[in-house]
Amino acid sequence: MQLLNIAGKEFKSRLFLGTGKFGSAKQMEMAVLASGSELVTVALKRVDLETDTDHLLSHLQHPHINLLPNTSGARNAKEAIFAAQLAREALETNWLKLEIHPDPKYLMPDAIETLKATEELAKLGFIVLPYIHADPVLCKRLEDAGTAAVMPLGSPIGTNKGLKTIDFLEIIIEQSNVPVIVDAGIGSPSDAAKAMELGADAVLVNTAIAVAGNPTSMAAAFKMAVEAGRMAYESTLAKQLNHAMASSPLTSFLNE
Amino acid sequence: MNSFKNIFDTYKWEDIKSSIYSKTSKDVEKAIASNKRNLEDFKALISPAAVPYVEQMAQLSNALTQKRFGKTIQMYAPMYLSNECNNICTYCGFSFDNKIKRKTLTDSEILKEVEVIKNNGFNHILLVTGEANQTVHVDYFKKAIELIKSQFANISIEVQPLETDDYKTLHNAGVYSVLVYQETYHQEVYKTYHPKGKKSNFYYRMETPDRIGIAGIHKIGLGVLLGLEDWRTDSFFNTLHLDYLQKKYWQTKFSVSFPRMRPAEGIIEPNVIVSDKDLVQLICAYRLFNEDVELSISTRESEKFRNNIIPLGVTSMSAGSKTNPGGYAVEPNSLEQFEISDERSAQEISKLISESGYEPVWKDWDKTLA
Repeated sequence: MQLLNIAGKEFKSRLFLGTGKFGSAKQMEMAVLASGSELVTVALKRVDLETDTDHLLSHLQHPHINLLPNTSGARNAKEAIFAAQLAREALETNWLKLEIHPDPKYLMPDAIETLKATEELAKLGFIVLPYIHADPVLCKRLEDAGTAAVMPLGSPIGTNKGLKTIDFLEIIIEQSNVPVIVDAGIGSPSDAAKAMELGADAVLVNTAIAVAGNPTSMAAAFKMAVEAGRMAYESTLAKQLNHAMASSPLTSFLNE
Repeated sequence: MNSFKNIFDTYKWEDIKSSIYSKTSKDVEKAIASNKRNLEDFKALISPAAVPYVEQMAQLSNALTQKRFGKTIQMYAPMYLSNECNNICTYCGFSFDNKIKRKTLTDSEILKEVEVIKNNGFNHILLVTGEANQTVHVDYFKKAIELIKSQFANISIEVQPLETDDYKTLHNAGVYSVLVYQETYHQEVYKTYHPKGKKSNFYYRMETPDRIGIAGIHKIGLGVLLGLEDWRTDSFFNTLHLDYLQKKYWQTKFSVSFPRMRPAEGIIEPNVIVSDKDLVQLICAYRLFNEDVELSISTRESEKFRNNIIPLGVTSMSAGSKTNPGGYAVEPNSLEQFEISDERSAQEISKLISESGYEPVWKDWDKTLA
């Protein structure tokens, strides 16, 4: 399978994980390891930067795991940029998952502030991966602003409802010049496989693994689903047909 | 001011009460089966008709809470800054007419208390006072917050109702959330419990969350004091209030607390007894009605109750709490606002949470985000 390349960095795994919502840090670590993920997102607000033995981070100390700090909690571009700079300094990475959701009820991303922050952060040298609505025009605007990837949502975050935005995801995937990572709403391995079959470059999963009865084996299930979906995509899926091939062709006269 | 009062005044306590008490098992089953529940469903879920359905509600509440909040419990500690109070609240240990020694912490005392709270592991703190506007005012709060800000990721306050500009000042000073409980939404009963002091103004208190919302504070905490009046009717009004606020202040988070009346110096017996089963029903009803509201349980509750409530819908817990100013270090024997019931240490509660399959979360905010 092809390697995934984001901003010059290569990934074997196309499954990214969120680290919240697990019943314990140990459980989170086991799930991350079982998933084979090489990029995990960590909320800056959850990390205690004042100690060098942060509970969450100490469970993510594996050579193959890269941290993707996120700005969850930021309500506007200004707060997000500030948090990003702090994360860069504390976690020693210029990778950033940009999350700006001023609405704490459904955690809907703010397109306007996200675009503004992406522009700024790209100028400041960040590798920006913004969490956004499945909005094809916004994706193009983010590309112009220097985004490293786009992370459109499959359905409202935490809902496990799957790919409700599928029609828009397809347009985004078709048009994008940067990797498309489907984030939020992926509820089951079959959702992840479906996103990969559509041609998404990667998926990010959190709730569906963290809240599963057995997070570790669910992480392994997602690993297989993402690989299967990608392999199917690279193998070029046979087209779906709603009807049988016509027995009396309409254009046979052209051969006469 | 365009506030909750406009909505509240269109409701009558007795009508709501009889509507709740006339809900049937059919209403409850409809509410349980629904995936988008409204206020009528909430009434059914808190009604006596829902009592046989508590287990079913608990299962749903467990799943909904995990979906939204994961298997986590946020840890916080209260710090009482003062027990000075000019209000008479007939149920409260700090009531003006209660002849106790009054105390307001000084800067150095605050720092001594903070040291103990930090050593207990806390990064989220709740500052609590009575209402004594001459000595414990916005400037006092501002100074206290500046004093402790560097040591906490998240600061909440539970103090007297303030003006919008005061809330803006405190928001800028670093306050993340403000808790203000209406105590009871029964106007006449409210007056008998609060005969004297600024708090006797029912509407001023009820419009406080609007002022907090306008000021842009991140989170507003609501609640009724369980035991003053019919808890079902009071909880309906609290939910009506929550629903209104959530739609109006769409950038604000909300939490609900469930203070159940506990013995305190010189106070009356609860008017209404709220049983453990009642409280579980209420917590689950809140969760089924509102998937994203934070639900908080304090050390007022017993060990047994707290041991078992973790997976049922709550999202935050205090532990090792002292409810008297100076209680952690300065003056451990000064008078408490109420007797705490669960006296286990923060570490013991943290262990309890882990053993229940949940992660105790000590930090879920950052002062840089304020």
